[in-house]
Amino acid sequence: MTEVTLVQAVNRALRTAMSADPEVLLLGEDIGVNGGVFRATEGLLKDFGADRVIDTPLSETGIVGAAVGMALYGLKPVAEIQFLDFIYPGFDQIVSELAKFRYRSGGQYPCHVVIRSPYGGGIKGGLYHSQSTEAYFAHTAGLKVVVPSTPADAYGLLLSSIFDPDPVIFLEPKRIYRTVTGEVPEGDQRVPIGRARTVREGTDVSVFAYGAMIPPATEACQAAEADGVSAELIDLRTLVPLDAGAVLASVEKTGRAVIVHEAARFCGYGAEIAAILAEKAFFSLKAPIHRVTGFDTPFPYALENLYLPNAARIRQAIVDTVRAG
Amino acid sequence: MSAGFAPLPLPYTAPELERRLGADWSGLLWTAYRWMRTARSLDERMVGLQRQGRVGFYGPATGQEAVSIAAGLAVRENDWVFPGLREQLVALVRGHPLGTYLHHLFADSLDPASGRQMPCHPTAREVRYVSMSSCVGTQVSQAVGCAYGFRFRSDDAVSLAFFGDGATSVSDFHAGMNFAGVFHLPVVFCCTNNQWAISLPVEQQSRVAELAEKAAAYGMPGRRVDGSDFIETYLQLSDALETARQGRGPTLLEFVVYRMSPHSTSDDPSRYQPADWRERSAQHDPVGRMERLLGALGLLSQDLVREMDRQIDATLRDAIAAAERTAPPGPETLERDVFAPAVSAPSAEG
Repeated sequence: MTEVTLVQAVNRALRTAMSADPEVLLLGEDIGVNGGVFRATEGLLKDFGADRVIDTPLSETGIVGAAVGMALYGLKPVAEIQFLDFIYPGFDQIVSELAKFRYRSGGQYPCHVVIRSPYGGGIKGGLYHSQSTEAYFAHTAGLKVVVPSTPADAYGLLLSSIFDPDPVIFLEPKRIYRTVTGEVPEGDQRVPIGRARTVREGTDVSVFAYGAMIPPATEACQAAEADGVSAELIDLRTLVPLDAGAVLASVEKTGRAVIVHEAARFCGYGAEIAAILAEKAFFSLKAPIHRVTGFDTPFPYALENLYLPNAARIRQAIVDTVRAG
Repeated sequence: MSAGFAPLPLPYTAPELERRLGADWSGLLWTAYRWMRTARSLDERMVGLQRQGRVGFYGPATGQEAVSIAAGLAVRENDWVFPGLREQLVALVRGHPLGTYLHHLFADSLDPASGRQMPCHPTAREVRYVSMSSCVGTQVSQAVGCAYGFRFRSDDAVSLAFFGDGATSVSDFHAGMNFAGVFHLPVVFCCTNNQWAISLPVEQQSRVAELAEKAAAYGMPGRRVDGSDFIETYLQLSDALETARQGRGPTLLEFVVYRMSPHSTSDDPSRYQPADWRERSAQHDPVGRMERLLGALGLLSQDLVREMDRQIDATLRDAIAAAERTAPPGPETLERDVFAPAVSAPSAEG
């Protein structure tokens, strides 16, 4: 075990996968010689060669389309989209092609591609280097959506994603690429897709969050102790498939729910969690469900700290929810 | 449309055909002709069945048969086909059973793709015919990625990307052509320019007079081919396939053809095509041209054609009847193949 940052864990997982399987290859913009704009692929070109670490022309639809073709042939491509905000030229390839190949071919053409992309705000990235649009992908049948929040999960979940038989959108919380550190194992040690992680246990309220929202949510849960509230924090880790069992079990215990994400509120991923709780855990609820989210605006540059949920807002929501009933 | 070709000067002489197509040139032409008559008969029957409400949709390939048939006959077994809208014949010529294709057209429970797609969108993995999308052009960059895989595994296969004139306007055409040029990949880009993207004539699709010129922008050769001439089409495809197979890079072939049918059974070309289009396009009919060639070579007799048609009719009639007798996919298939079967994902319904 070694202590690394989240982005270093991504790099290590790629290295482990490429060492284990000679048909894992990477493609994307600036990922080879430059090692990726966030250095996630640093050193991989030197060790695995230009055939497996492919600097592509600047075209997201070309990157995803080529990755789809590689996967149809049987390779295991891992495509990097430099920022999630730039994925839309490749969106047609993702939602119309990648997500549907297995289904539309009656299982004849599985299409296993991992698309890694840094997402989220808090890096002074403005409108187009900050968005958190996981709901588009979660809404599309046929895609798995994974969002780690720790180095260990980034490592283990990326390995699971690369060796999963289905397409995976792997969203990396770039705000905490270098601010969280932790131990990661050596070798092919995977974290299963589809299981939430209990960050801390509590009895009064369940807080559901993922990605870069885990650090402020953790801080908020700790701070709420001073308000006499025992908050349980669940890191969803994979949005699709959702670990609905863990969500329901927690709320059946605490009777209250706060959902946190930095994406816009309207039709955000939290709406699905709230709906599931309303449908399946209604009689366990003691108080209205509370969402702490970004705003229904484009992502603002100067006001990003106002836009993004922080520990204070989350703490207030926790306290309000507990006091509501 | 100014981009027409003079009708094929007839006849090619027998010695010339032997030199260009090999010793079994007459067998090749007969095979192609048989497929042409099969395809024409299939189109007529399916349009009729659609009008009777017995199938939901149909997209005829009438007028474009020579390109698909030539491709099906020119490829090797390990080559991959990424089809556009009217290339189902490639799969059939490569050996996908006609009866199976009819199950697809009727979207019944014996469709290998479980009736998931509209008619004319088959999947035929066993002949490396990739599942077709209705989204125009997406297959172009996919064919390129697949070709990257060939080189990566030292497989001497070639990827064929089929698309129409309309697809030359979409981003995936540009991205795919560009990637193939940059990486110098074994791809043959087959633009079947039938001169219409539903209602839009090709002159309004692109300012360049010949779509093949676009190849220059990607550092690859581009050639314009009379796609109603089976022989020229077959030879140009064979040449481009060989070039790609030998590691000498991609080629763009523009096959000029004449769409002799509506875009699909949902289309009414009288709203946009000039009144004389049908008559003009019929002059280029690849089936008629093949007939004239075979006739001039003394290879055609009414008896042979009658017998061929009798067999084709019987085959199609049986295949249609078998498909119509087959039950639709059961409701238990609805949620299959969204993900791999081994996955037992936690579900909110659970």
